[in-house]
Amino acid sequence: MEFREIVKDTKIDFIGMRNKTFVLSTVLVLLGIVGFIMVSMGKANLSEDFTGGTNLLISFRQSVGIGEVRDALMNNGMHDVQIQQVSGTNEFFIKTKLTDTKEEKVIEKIQQIFAAHLQDKKYDLLSSNMVGPAVGKTLKNHAIIAIVLSLIGIIIYIAWRFNFVFGVAATIATFHDVLVLLGLFFVLGREMNILFITALLTIAGYSLTDTVVVYDRIRENMAKMKAKSDLGAVINNSINEVLSRTIITSMTVVLVIAALLVLGGKVLFDFSLALLIGVLIGTYSSIFVASPLIYLWRKKLR
Amino acid sequence: MLKSLKLRFILILVFLVIFIVFLLPNAYEPEGELKKYLPSSKIHLGLDLKGGMDLLLELDMVKLMENMVGRKFNALKDAMITDGIRFLGLDKKDYSVLVTIRSDQREKLDNLIGNKFPELKAGDSKVEGDTVQLEFLLPEKELSTIKDNAVHQALETIRNRIDQFGVSEPVIVQQGANQIVVQLPGIKDPQRALKLLGETAQLEFKLVDEENMSKAQAGQIPDGDELLMERRKNRDTGVATTSPILLKKQSVLTGDLLTDARVQYGSGRGGIGSEIAVGIEFNKEGGERFDKVTAENVEKRLAIVLDNVVYSAPQIRQRISGGKAQITGNFTVDEATDLANVLRNGALPAPVKVVHNLTIGPALGQDSIRMGMQAAILGVILVIIFMIFYYKLSGIVADIALFLNLIYLLGVFNIFNFTMTLPGIAGIILTMGIGVDTNVIIFERIREELRLGKTVRAAIDTGYSRAWLTIIDAHVTTLITTAVLFIFGTGPIQGFALTLGIGIVINLFTAVFGSKLIFDWVVIKYKPRSLSI
Repeated sequence: MEFREIVKDTKIDFIGMRNKTFVLSTVLVLLGIVGFIMVSMGKANLSEDFTGGTNLLISFRQSVGIGEVRDALMNNGMHDVQIQQVSGTNEFFIKTKLTDTKEEKVIEKIQQIFAAHLQDKKYDLLSSNMVGPAVGKTLKNHAIIAIVLSLIGIIIYIAWRFNFVFGVAATIATFHDVLVLLGLFFVLGREMNILFITALLTIAGYSLTDTVVVYDRIRENMAKMKAKSDLGAVINNSINEVLSRTIITSMTVVLVIAALLVLGGKVLFDFSLALLIGVLIGTYSSIFVASPLIYLWRKKLR
Repeated sequence: MLKSLKLRFILILVFLVIFIVFLLPNAYEPEGELKKYLPSSKIHLGLDLKGGMDLLLELDMVKLMENMVGRKFNALKDAMITDGIRFLGLDKKDYSVLVTIRSDQREKLDNLIGNKFPELKAGDSKVEGDTVQLEFLLPEKELSTIKDNAVHQALETIRNRIDQFGVSEPVIVQQGANQIVVQLPGIKDPQRALKLLGETAQLEFKLVDEENMSKAQAGQIPDGDELLMERRKNRDTGVATTSPILLKKQSVLTGDLLTDARVQYGSGRGGIGSEIAVGIEFNKEGGERFDKVTAENVEKRLAIVLDNVVYSAPQIRQRISGGKAQITGNFTVDEATDLANVLRNGALPAPVKVVHNLTIGPALGQDSIRMGMQAAILGVILVIIFMIFYYKLSGIVADIALFLNLIYLLGVFNIFNFTMTLPGIAGIILTMGIGVDTNVIIFERIREELRLGKTVRAAIDTGYSRAWLTIIDAHVTTLITTAVLFIFGTGPIQGFALTLGIGIVINLFTAVFGSKLIFDWVVIKYKPRSLSI
């Protein structure tokens, strides 16, 4: 029987590459830790969901330069304001740390400024999101609890299904993925909102799918292993055996996320981007992080 | 074997038919007789797809307590005056009232408290010579009851305001101790709704202190007076301006004595542009008080104050009996309608603050649906093509399972009335990608078994049984995260968690029952010697 195959009878020495990939992973994880520290200090591009503030999405009916919008707002008392144009459109995200008070509603203020200083430009308010500072803090706490809880849940499950060594290694790989994703988003300067947290959690769950597929095979082959000395070879064989599986499963997911990225629109763009990066990292880590970890640990035990 | 095949086939078919019937209303509306027998509900769309407003209101508990203590304070003062208890001092401190009296009045005061204010608890007492200062406080239990009642009352008031404003399918629920979630789908004028909900609607009538006006303008506000802002609106331009006005602090009448409030189109000074006003009607007690106040203060000005803003301050030309009055202020029809609405439904027990406001315009919602659908279609097509390309005929089997998965998922959403959100659509798309993984894991395993030289039938059976554990392990981790997301997430995120979570569970069913069924059938019927996989 003939099968169509992307990779065929590979004999790649993944374990042998561990030093190079560990360096790469360490750099990426360090980036993630820096990102995490910056997020904790409030220096990253956090959405109003967590910091409190107001975000408007406005669509002008005719062409307007980002400079015009910025000048109109900045020159009329809105100093703390970030404006971002949705590329290829006349749509603008207007973001500020200000929130509504009894005396003044942020949205009304912006609308008044536009009415006075961009009179000839008609626009539609597509959406607005005003989050009070206290609400932002609650959401941030919930996000942290959610991340911690799901990681604990995953660790418990893996530890129960496999054993302690696998559980810890899978957990490290999962932390790796989450941190790298965070770091890359930080470096790219993309906004981190609730949807980004959702993506982080989804990736934490999904990256394990890949890891589990590889681990299952390692475990199966380790049971058949005769001498302890060929542990590296067994792990290498296992990865090579399931390599096409790992690649194909990731590929189908990448296909749908790519569709989402291209056609999903501005609201879902960053979310899809996070998922895409996350799936790729997850696949990489199950081969180059999770599996070599098992090798190192087992070797040390002897 | 054949029998079990038939059973499984029927099971899958029955589910498919049920779900398609339930999904039917989304595609077309049945007419005539059919209408009675078919379900009619469509998939429930979240605010981010339908457009609308999602608010989180917070009741100001500090202000509530101040109001509560203030009310007790006034009631106690009135009662002591009526009962002839001479007091030397009366003061408020935090949540307690301090009364200073001569010792010989103490018994009378104790009786009064016991009879009329049993909820007040005696606190510290300080004796100085023959005077004594007594502290009365509201006990914890009383305070928490007040808080609970206040939130319920606020909930009720807001519900009534929204009902009369006219919004279909609003959601109004309490969250935590002092917050209220208000969701208004499809609302057309969000700013107006926001104003309607944010208004405390504390209506007061206060006398204008004209004698001391000049003094107040120089910065000296007499005791017992207060300076508020009067709102004036230009009838032609609609621009509102404010100017200060000096009032007696003590209100002569309050909004809780109202029985009705309605928009009135007054005759004005003739025909065009006749003034729109809000006519109010007092209950018996309010009517009598209004009668008394107007009789005693002819020629003076009486200010109508709503949430500490003076709407108008007309002169009392004559005594007004009958318990009816009018509030004017150059209102538009909408403004008058909303004012009548809030007055009719009573004041909120304390001011509310909007702490979260997510408003999605209908255009963005439609845009999102369109883009989400396009992305879903493209994603599904890509996966279908890829599976057929890579696994040939078996790829078609996986695609059939994928199709079942999609119909089942949407059907479950429709039947259980789950809310579909934009991240939810993303979840469906992701499920298509993750769901097909189940088949990939199985197919790869079958290929391995075939390579080992097993027969088609044996390869399929071992492939499925060996892959099963891996599949479970692989998906449980995702299920754990979706469960956490569902518990901690807000609306849109819950939609994502639901589609992804349910999608994965359904996927286990469609992959194992659906695609396995087709393989079993092919194997039994055609007994193939090789497999297109």
